Amino acid sequence: MREGDGTVLVAPAARTSADDDGAPATFTAGPMRGVAVRARAILAAASLLAIASPLGALEVSGRVEIEPRAFLHAPEHPRQKHHGLSFAVQPEFYHSFDDDRQSLVFTPFLRLDTADDRRSHFDVRELMYQRVFDDFELRAGIGRVFWGVTESYHLVDVINQTDLVENIDLEDKLGQPLVNLTLARDWGVLDLFVLPGFRERTYPGREGRLRPEPYVDTGRATYESGAGRDRVDFAVRWSNAIGDFDIGVAHFRGTSREPRLLPLGICADGQPSPQLQCPPAGPPTAPPAEVVLAPRYEVVRRTSLDLQATKDATLWKLELLLESGQRDSHVAWVGGFEYTWYGINESDSDLGLLVEHLFDGRGARAPHPLENDLFAGVRLALNDEAGTDLVAAVIADAEGDGTAVTVEASRRIGDDWKVELEARAWNGVEDDDQLAPLRRDDYVQLTLSRFF
Amino acid sequence: MLLPIVLLATTLGHGAHAQTPEEKGLAIAREMDRRDSGWKDQRANLVMTLRNRQGQESRRELRISTLEVDGDGDKSLTLFDSPRDVKGTAFLSFTHATEPDDQWLYLPALKRVKRISSRNKSGSFMGSEFAYEDLSSQEVDKFRYKWLRDEALDGKQTTVVEYYPAYENSGYTRQVVWVDSEIWQVVRTEYYDRKNALLKTLTIDGYRQYLDKHWRADAMHMVNNQTGKSTSIEWSGYRFDTGLTDSDFNRNALKRTR
Repeated sequence: MREGDGTVLVAPAARTSADDDGAPATFTAGPMRGVAVRARAILAAASLLAIASPLGALEVSGRVEIEPRAFLHAPEHPRQKHHGLSFAVQPEFYHSFDDDRQSLVFTPFLRLDTADDRRSHFDVRELMYQRVFDDFELRAGIGRVFWGVTESYHLVDVINQTDLVENIDLEDKLGQPLVNLTLARDWGVLDLFVLPGFRERTYPGREGRLRPEPYVDTGRATYESGAGRDRVDFAVRWSNAIGDFDIGVAHFRGTSREPRLLPLGICADGQPSPQLQCPPAGPPTAPPAEVVLAPRYEVVRRTSLDLQATKDATLWKLELLLESGQRDSHVAWVGGFEYTWYGINESDSDLGLLVEHLFDGRGARAPHPLENDLFAGVRLALNDEAGTDLVAAVIADAEGDGTAVTVEASRRIGDDWKVELEARAWNGVEDDDQLAPLRRDDYVQLTLSRFF
Repeated sequence: MLLPIVLLATTLGHGAHAQTPEEKGLAIAREMDRRDSGWKDQRANLVMTLRNRQGQESRRELRISTLEVDGDGDKSLTLFDSPRDVKGTAFLSFTHATEPDDQWLYLPALKRVKRISSRNKSGSFMGSEFAYEDLSSQEVDKFRYKWLRDEALDGKQTTVVEYYPAYENSGYTRQVVWVDSEIWQVVRTEYYDRKNALLKTLTIDGYRQYLDKHWRADAMHMVNNQTGKSTSIEWSGYRFDTGLTDSDFNRNALKRTR
């Protein structure tokens, strides 16, 4: 019953060349500044839901969690901390009416973190209206959409932006404004998406760990599209199950969820300098006072295939992507298998083996470190009353020595509590590797959750 | 008026010539299937209570919708309401008599639909003493049969039939099944493991008739004779012929239904 393995270790990648095309920077508010405004809007929406409740039951559920995290090595920078404590809450308000043909769901999320201001953040994971008609379904609001079949990396999953400060496994996502029309027919399911409004990826702050070097100044994000964050993106996906095969084909046209990170000099007077010299114009007289990384969001076309063949205890999986932008196009894939031994040693325990290959045609120019890597993992599920399970996985660079290791374990306590352990470590990472900034950031974290 | 099961089972056989125990067992299984067909779709709620040897309990609450499929196994959609960490998880199953079932799982935190292997017939369902195969739809072709005897059980007349799994990856060599002769429903099952040792005993109580035809139980109690653990299931809220169709049992409905 557990979620996907969440075993990938992806470092936010730093590009070393200042090859930005110099489009005007779009300055955005820091993540906490918008929180109060959005919180007020959310409370207003929540009270609307509460008013609607006489029409039917308002169901409230959710979880609160407390999460201590300890790093095993001294930090690179004196302002970074050895450990942190984090608190998060995610309630869900659900209301359905019209004999369940219409529903509203509202899922706000808040995290407060002692070690990194940028990890303290608020997001509306869902605020969605859904209506099921006889021949189609309509959804409008803020939501989460998942595409794909692989475990190590979700290559074709493009609708939502990654909430990277939550976890560097890239599994946590920000709520995406969307309108979705679904047609379910004999020939499969066709989903059409209009995506008004872009969400920027979250990054740890200057004082946070598990970040690129130097840190990412999200306030200095730039866009290829003149409309910036207001560009309206489109996506379409067809999916079907044919015999043992589950197939999805999708196309996306819009702003890439994965930015390039470009070095940006900040002069003593606060002026940005992509040339890394000060003053930015005219003959240089001084180096910049500081260099940061600025996210650069480009417009891309993506065509993808996701395919799973379920053959007895083996699941064969492939995600294939063709992406083209203004500058170039490339192919990427993640493919492999998952095999499970059920009832090992005459017990109720299942042992799964996961093997996947990850490839990105951009090679070292890819904005993530998984350009040619092998992933192998095991998953042990005890199938006991407590739902105990354990996942251990390693990702190894096929061309270098760097490896990333993850161990995740979880167990229910009673009916309403759950404890999760997560540990990650990086080994043999070379200086020029994109993972290099994470070498001192091996960590262990414990999450205690109460569900309600 | 219900005929005594033995008499009817005999008339269903090969006329005057004496039935073998295998023929008689198959005739009984077919008659049980015939008597319970025609419900179209069914919805029910269930509460599972798991008890370990020390008497500690944990609960699971589920809702199950099932669609009757002519000529194949039924389709079912199971929604998990508790324990709360798996609330919102949903399970879609297209069962087949002897071919492997098609199964998908919906994981609400990621909004992910995942096709899963249906090989795990003998594994525990949510840590309970029920295996997946104990809760799967009962199709005639899933087993070979052998009539053993007729006997009184707790004051009821029953006929006792042995079931041998005809599908792969079962955890059992055989099941010994007591069928109530009046209502043609299972009231007790003994499960024998792969070493042919008694593994579990199921008792089913509180049968009530719906739509003047379909008998459904209010309570099931499974005891593991080897570990002393047990699981009870209380059923409630049975509804039949509620208008469900194929479109309520696909991957899209799996994501949508709650």
